[in-house]
Amino acid sequence: MSTLLEVSGVSVSFDGFKAINNLSFQIGERELRAVIGPNGAGKTTFMDIITGKTKPDQGKVLWGDKSQSLLAMSESKIAQAGVGRKFQRPTVFEDQTVSENLMLALKKSRNPFSVLRFRASGEDQTRVEELAAEIGLSGALGRKAGELSHGQKQWLEIGMLLAQDPKLLLVDEPAAGMTPAEREHTTDLLVEAAKTRAVVVVEHDMEFVRRLNCRVTVLHEGSVLAEGSIDHVTSDKQVIEVYLGR
Amino acid sequence: MSELSAGAIRRKPLVVQYPSLLIFLGCLALFTVAVTVLSEGFGLGVISTSFVKTLGKTLCLCLVALAMDLVWGYCGILSLGHMAFFGIGGYAIGMWLMYARTELIVIESLANQALPPTAQEISDGIATQIFGVVGASEFPPIWALSHSLTLQLLAVVLVPGLLALVFGWLAFRSRVTGVYLSILTQAMTLALSLYLFQNDSGLRGNNGLSGLQNLPGLDDIPQSTVSIWFFWASAFALGLGYLTCVAIVSGKFGSVIRAIRDDEARVRFLGYPVEAYKLFIFTFTAILAGIAGALYYPQAGIVNPAEIAPIASIYLAVWVAIGGRGRLYGAVIGAAFVSLLSTWFTGGQAPDLNLGFATIQWVDWWTVLLGLSFVAVTLFAPKGIGGLFDLIAAKRSPDRHGADLGPEPGALREKEADT
Repeated sequence: MSTLLEVSGVSVSFDGFKAINNLSFQIGERELRAVIGPNGAGKTTFMDIITGKTKPDQGKVLWGDKSQSLLAMSESKIAQAGVGRKFQRPTVFEDQTVSENLMLALKKSRNPFSVLRFRASGEDQTRVEELAAEIGLSGALGRKAGELSHGQKQWLEIGMLLAQDPKLLLVDEPAAGMTPAEREHTTDLLVEAAKTRAVVVVEHDMEFVRRLNCRVTVLHEGSVLAEGSIDHVTSDKQVIEVYLGR
Repeated sequence: MSELSAGAIRRKPLVVQYPSLLIFLGCLALFTVAVTVLSEGFGLGVISTSFVKTLGKTLCLCLVALAMDLVWGYCGILSLGHMAFFGIGGYAIGMWLMYARTELIVIESLANQALPPTAQEISDGIATQIFGVVGASEFPPIWALSHSLTLQLLAVVLVPGLLALVFGWLAFRSRVTGVYLSILTQAMTLALSLYLFQNDSGLRGNNGLSGLQNLPGLDDIPQSTVSIWFFWASAFALGLGYLTCVAIVSGKFGSVIRAIRDDEARVRFLGYPVEAYKLFIFTFTAILAGIAGALYYPQAGIVNPAEIAPIASIYLAVWVAIGGRGRLYGAVIGAAFVSLLSTWFTGGQAPDLNLGFATIQWVDWWTVLLGLSFVAVTLFAPKGIGGLFDLIAAKRSPDRHGADLGPEPGALREKEADT
């Protein structure tokens, strides 16, 4: 399996505080990976670096077969290259309908002039309806996203990410605030998504991570503390000390 | 499900999608015909020529309010500099109007001389006539194209467009947003107005350009006729502008810019180059404002730097807020309502209000009233006047967004209740 994303020796500090310290990370083209760590371990900053929101002080972030550097690219260019991101708080466009939200995310040209001329084809609509079915919002396509429940908004956002059809999906605490049934559905969606692309899930909830049944990377103070199966990392002494033991 | 939901995405004709478009264009057409019939130039003479001009000017203000609504109400950029683009449009057309008319006058006055005047003599004559008030008698370079109507009309579009393009590129690229951007646009309009106030700016300093109501070579045609021509042109421009704006906001582009307004960072992570969209809207609306200005000032007769003062752009934002931003007809209603009311109050027609201990003269107190209503609208009715239409719509059909109308799952659904 070839490497999709390679982060090597990345450091970033905010006002002298090292949020990320010489971090290295790799993920393959079709892989599900959970990233865990206590608060302040640098999980969100790690995602910010990959998506171009934060520029690191040193290190390399290489992408794809051609080992393209993501550091020189803008957020929108990185997203176009195939990095999708789901935020912790569900961020959907509340003033627009579910179908408009999905249509917005659908993988199409992002150029203003082609968007101006854009007309949704039958194929696009079918795709939107398929996605809505996948995230359980078939009956809500015409509703405004703002009227949805918290869990439905989370799904809509996941649906928007799937519509983007990214090569790498970064998901920040997808199960936060969900009922057990919704969690199960979310797990299925993520496992399913990882069959065709790379998925990185940042999560607090150990039970949720266990259900994902994948390789786990433990972050602590901005660097990787341990990596391996969930049983491997939960039996690691250091990990127990800094994270699980608390 | 499929019928209801698919309808939300499928691209229907603009008119079906935006029923307000047809209503708006219909109202505008009716209004235009009514004013024409009642005018002095073409009809019964019930409406005075000066009031026809006021109405024509109001239509231009509606057009620039439309631009403001697009940039602020839809794209979330609170530009407080769009009246600068409006003023530039006025200056651009004013230069040709003034040049061409003065040229005719100079040629006429030189015609009685023994020798036919040379081109240089004519040029000097025009320059003395135009720039005498600022103590100059030579054409500044900025007037190089003023002899050509085509080129000056091009300037109406290109100068505001290019200025907005450069300004917007610098501002958006540096990720200047929110109140900082508003301040920056205020600075731009202040700088422009201060520059134009200088006598050596080449645009006659604080005198501005005047006599713009007279069309060169058409002195025989009475103002009552000319005023109706401009009224028609303004109505046409407003109708076309409205149609274009609806076309922009109704499709996916509209969806993107509203998304930018609500959460810019998220749109960026969807892969949209946010800056390019903002720049497009900023530049397009600047051009719209320039066109509106080019139609407004020939009806006003004079354009001077005070028109570009920062306060003008703030008024524009007030109109759009009162009318209801985020809906195009709201901006038009706000601009028409507030500017006509303003004309009434400041024209000395409003009766003084005697409170016993003091008398309120509206000429002085109108701005206070306007300010208070702006605050009141912002606090208590953020949807503005346009929000009233929602009340009507809500009365007509229960908007349950597809939910059950009754407690029974099998109760009538919204769709059925509509029919």
